[in-house]
Amino acid sequence: MFQGHLFSLIRKDIIIEWRQKHTLFGVLLYVGSTVFVVYMMSGQPEVKIWNALFWITQLFVAVNSVAKSFLQESAERFRYYFTIVKPAHFLAAKMIYSVVLLFIMSLVSLLLFNLMLGNPLVQTGLFVIITMVGSISLSVVFTFLSAIAARAQQNAALMAILGFPIVTPILMMLSNLAAKAISPVYQPGWWTLALALLLLDLLVVVLGVILFPFLWQE
Amino acid sequence: MRRSWWKVVCIILLFYTIIGGFLLPVPVRFILNETIRNLYFHVPMWFTMILLFGISFAYALKYLRTGNLKYDIYSVEFTKVGVFFSIMGMVTGMEWAKYTWGEPWSNDPKQLATAVCMLMYFAYLILRGGLKDEEKRAKISSVYNVFAFALMIPLLFILPRMVDSLHPGNGGNPGFNSYDLDSRMRMVFYPAVMGWFLLGYWMTTLRIRVSLINHERDNNFEIDA
Repeated sequence: MFQGHLFSLIRKDIIIEWRQKHTLFGVLLYVGSTVFVVYMMSGQPEVKIWNALFWITQLFVAVNSVAKSFLQESAERFRYYFTIVKPAHFLAAKMIYSVVLLFIMSLVSLLLFNLMLGNPLVQTGLFVIITMVGSISLSVVFTFLSAIAARAQQNAALMAILGFPIVTPILMMLSNLAAKAISPVYQPGWWTLALALLLLDLLVVVLGVILFPFLWQE
Repeated sequence: MRRSWWKVVCIILLFYTIIGGFLLPVPVRFILNETIRNLYFHVPMWFTMILLFGISFAYALKYLRTGNLKYDIYSVEFTKVGVFFSIMGMVTGMEWAKYTWGEPWSNDPKQLATAVCMLMYFAYLILRGGLKDEEKRAKISSVYNVFAFALMIPLLFILPRMVDSLHPGNGGNPGFNSYDLDSRMRMVFYPAVMGWFLLGYWMTTLRIRVSLINHERDNNFEIDA
């Protein structure tokens, strides 16, 4: 039952995305132009700057792609979903969908970064894995915050204000983790940091599932 | 009078903190010297801030459980006073750092963590400001309050591991715990923490009373002569 609802919700989101291709390509174009702007400003920077720029780009892409998850739905449609699915399923479906979307966008921006800003990666596989963890962390936080912003009938700017303080430490952890994949330096406590980040993601999901029902009632 | 004994205690403790804090002997430390007395003023601000945010979190939870708007008023007033204490803590800390570390802002993890906390709670106040409907404002901001507080606590433990701290007692810097002389400072420090916290609590109760009266007046449709 759980599986059925969850999957049909995710499928619904993907189908909507596919039918409204202009928003999907809009986000893709956003990724492309952001990386291009970064490239025009910085050229091919040194490794540490490359890392910082990459994660800042991720942050902006996350705000813009994940914002759609709740903000694109109208209040009437919310009421309809309210009558047919459990809030936890609905939130989980939105989160999974955002993670997938952001991961694809992250891969695109990684590709563009390699193309334009140079390729400093020494462990590409590891970096892709960290990018994936990054997509999970950023999208679960922003999905929940976009639910708050949507309920407050506000735009994506409110989501950014609410989210930036929370994701700042997460981005710092991500860029520290990614440093291992970029330059061959010895980093003590890397696994602890990775574990801490995953636990933090889990905490966000659990909090979201607990708090979302309150947000949903009118 | 029986119910306000703690206000008397608060005043006595704060007088003791200010007089004792400036006059009682303190251990002499390299670089810190007399600025070590800031311990009685700066550190209790953080403790008070965390406690007030904690109480605010508890009331936000209580609001979500009961739906009673009174608890939302409690929660937001605790947050506002907590924000005030965070600003005071930041100011006293930066003033101290200017003379001890040479500059008011030096990327210290505790400073960063506080800046993050402050941004979170400023965002909370902005979120509330944008909502006109009372019930909705209470519900949405309580949800954000719980979410932010629950995430802030682990972050406060993680952030200091990312960057080396300049604070006394961190990264090989002498703190007041690492010597035997500290008992003299504890004599003032613990009362100071109590005193400042009681002051914060007192301030909040006053604000809550005003808010409750305003709330009552706004929701009263009787026309009095």
